[in-house]
Amino acid sequence: MNYFKRIQKRVNDYRESKYLSDDPLVADLQKALELDRVLENLDERKLYSKDESVFEGGIAGPVCFPITTSEVQTIMKIAEKHNRHVIPRGAGSGLAGGAIPLGAPIVIAMTKMNNVLEVDIENRIAWVEPGVINLELSDHLKPFGFHYAPDPSSQQICTLGGNVANNSGGPHCLADGVTDTHVLALEVVLPSGEVTTFGGLDAEPTGLDLRGAFIGSEGTLGITTKIAVRLTPNPDDVQTLLISFPSMRKAAETVSAIIADGIVPAAMEAMDQKTIEVIEKHIPSGYPTDAGAVLLVEVEGLVDGVEIEALRIGEIAENHDASDIKIAQTSYQRDALWKGRKSAFGASTYLAPNYYLHDTVVPRSELADVLDKVNDLADKNNLTIMNVFHAGDGNLHPLLVFDASEEGTLERVHQVAAEIVKVSLEAGGVLSGEHGIGIEKQEFMQQLFTDHDLEHQNKLRSSFDPQCRINPGKVLPTGHSCADIQTLNKIPEGTWV
Amino acid sequence: MSDPVTNSIKNFCSEIGTEGPVAVEGGKTRWNLNGFPQKDTRFVKAPEGILSAKPDEMIVTALTGTTVAELHKELGRLGQRTSLPERGGTIGGAIAVGENDISVLGKGRIRDSVLQIRYVSADGKIITSGAPVVKNVSGFNLHKLMVGSFGTLGLFAEVTIRTNPIPTTSKWFTAASKDPQSVLVNTYKPSAILWDGETVWVHLEGHKPDVQKQLKKLLSIGNYEEVEGAPGLPRYRWSIAPADALRINRKDTGNFVASIGVGNVWADKPQSRKEIDPAITQITNSLKREFDPKGRLNPGRYA
Repeated sequence: MNYFKRIQKRVNDYRESKYLSDDPLVADLQKALELDRVLENLDERKLYSKDESVFEGGIAGPVCFPITTSEVQTIMKIAEKHNRHVIPRGAGSGLAGGAIPLGAPIVIAMTKMNNVLEVDIENRIAWVEPGVINLELSDHLKPFGFHYAPDPSSQQICTLGGNVANNSGGPHCLADGVTDTHVLALEVVLPSGEVTTFGGLDAEPTGLDLRGAFIGSEGTLGITTKIAVRLTPNPDDVQTLLISFPSMRKAAETVSAIIADGIVPAAMEAMDQKTIEVIEKHIPSGYPTDAGAVLLVEVEGLVDGVEIEALRIGEIAENHDASDIKIAQTSYQRDALWKGRKSAFGASTYLAPNYYLHDTVVPRSELADVLDKVNDLADKNNLTIMNVFHAGDGNLHPLLVFDASEEGTLERVHQVAAEIVKVSLEAGGVLSGEHGIGIEKQEFMQQLFTDHDLEHQNKLRSSFDPQCRINPGKVLPTGHSCADIQTLNKIPEGTWV
Repeated sequence: MSDPVTNSIKNFCSEIGTEGPVAVEGGKTRWNLNGFPQKDTRFVKAPEGILSAKPDEMIVTALTGTTVAELHKELGRLGQRTSLPERGGTIGGAIAVGENDISVLGKGRIRDSVLQIRYVSADGKIITSGAPVVKNVSGFNLHKLMVGSFGTLGLFAEVTIRTNPIPTTSKWFTAASKDPQSVLVNTYKPSAILWDGETVWVHLEGHKPDVQKQLKKLLSIGNYEEVEGAPGLPRYRWSIAPADALRINRKDTGNFVASIGVGNVWADKPQSRKEIDPAITQITNSLKREFDPKGRLNPGRYA
């Protein structure tokens, strides 16, 4: 052994004896990664036991921060050796509990794999790592004249890996589609520790569309380590219309009328009066506080078409009793309107310290009736509600604002949430348009699907992860494999947590 | 929440039953792709009919034995269209094969537009995946898996597809060109750019003044003239990366027409079969075992 190798061995021996955890699982992880990329302190792990939802789960086991695909593979193998589940995690900005650990799994936090690896203009794609922040990708693409289309309201913090797990949408997905339309290929570490690629850059990749099945599977089928995203060319022109209405009903009817007229705007967002009020208190953005509701409509494309569609939208709005129509005259005005829209949830703290952001989808034609029912439910249960949502997609986001320290309030919030699901399904809608099922809505799945439907969803899950190693206890309701939450919540005695 | 299952689907389900090899016979326009049906296969026809078309929801729900032409005829009356290619076949066949329309850049991909599928499982159950709304992340996406599955995991009965408005203007232009990528760079969201190594065909759609201005841009890089439509396509369909379509070697393809910005190539010679990662094969086999343990759905075919 030469001098340098002897020195290195002494350093390694010292580090191992000095720092490695007494727990064999943590020690194995520390050996595989660097010491500071495995968290074992309970207070630190508690930070990784929550997401942005109001739900509680188990406690994060060791939290790992891999920086390469190979490290993710190693973590999967260590997890198998120690018979531990794993749960992948992005920014933790999810709202349905999808990233909340059940039991005490190894948390694989992907936030340090945050490089844009390649921008390939000829193929109009970019290869990125899953920890890249959504907005940072579009910023990165600006000099090339492109952007990444899905823009969740949390785009300043959410990661693309999280977007893949949730098949995330955003205001600008109405015309161009949500994440699965914009992701062409995925490098994935499978539960076995093998690495493979789903999809491809070619026009019609061979075989079953495993990429399509994987996107939106809420981190239950594998760990995403690289993503090929489609680049969308920036439009020549954009017009942003702020349309005021005396009521949300009129605004909702206008949404249906615009679509029925053959116009598909890039975005079509609705906000009720309460939302407008708190946005203007929080961050004055130019919204009219005297309006019953507003629509924020954006059309983009080539100059003449944008002009034609903006004019027509104005006519349709006037025919539906719009009281005012403003068009953003500068990029500053446009940015201010969007900043206000995307700040609505944070602004709710002017009304109460806590919020529960709901997420269902209904047919557009049912928007007005469903919103009336949702508002009635909140009134009857003495809860304050704000409605700010993707009207063009029929994607409702009732925001229940409350003070969790008031006894019984959280129970009422959950009760109203369940009722909102019911009225949405009765109107022909679905459980979620963006946030996913997670643990929030898994017990509602039987209201949307038959047992046979769920059995087939379970077959899909089992085909990827027969031993339920990754993020068990999510999406499918109790009774299906990988869904037995009670067992997962009960941490075996003696297990390191 | 989905609409109730129709009687025609229940009858289709009964016909499929629970025993013996079975497959759906559609328009047979792609019958020779991905293997041949096993000899003792029993063939059934999928039910036909358009159940609902809602332009204000941008969705259409139809039984899968309906022809794409009939679907588009009905939607055309409502000013709408879908991503499905028109080549004489059925809706179910188009989804089972998963090939996109030649103007895929404008019409979108099939796999992005299928919102809900009702299929009959190998054990004779009616299964629904997805929902008739344009945005949905409720549960696992079985319907995504079904697009391009060649009926090996379930036999399609009913589908809900996203529709889009038919553009007010739709025109094809052509010119001699050795540089098709310049067309992609100089146009905003063209519906198709086809290239045979010597000539480019461009499909522009949208509002009339936009199409006229886009044509002016094209005229600045070539002598473009309006034509009826796309050129005739060679027999074999290839799938390659868009950048590779710019560097096709005729020795490999013979005569070809490439879809620029997409990566489909129609060639005189067939594309050699691509190698599949063993991990992908393992998941594919596992899915087949889970969904069709007795191997009765479309035996002889592979996805």
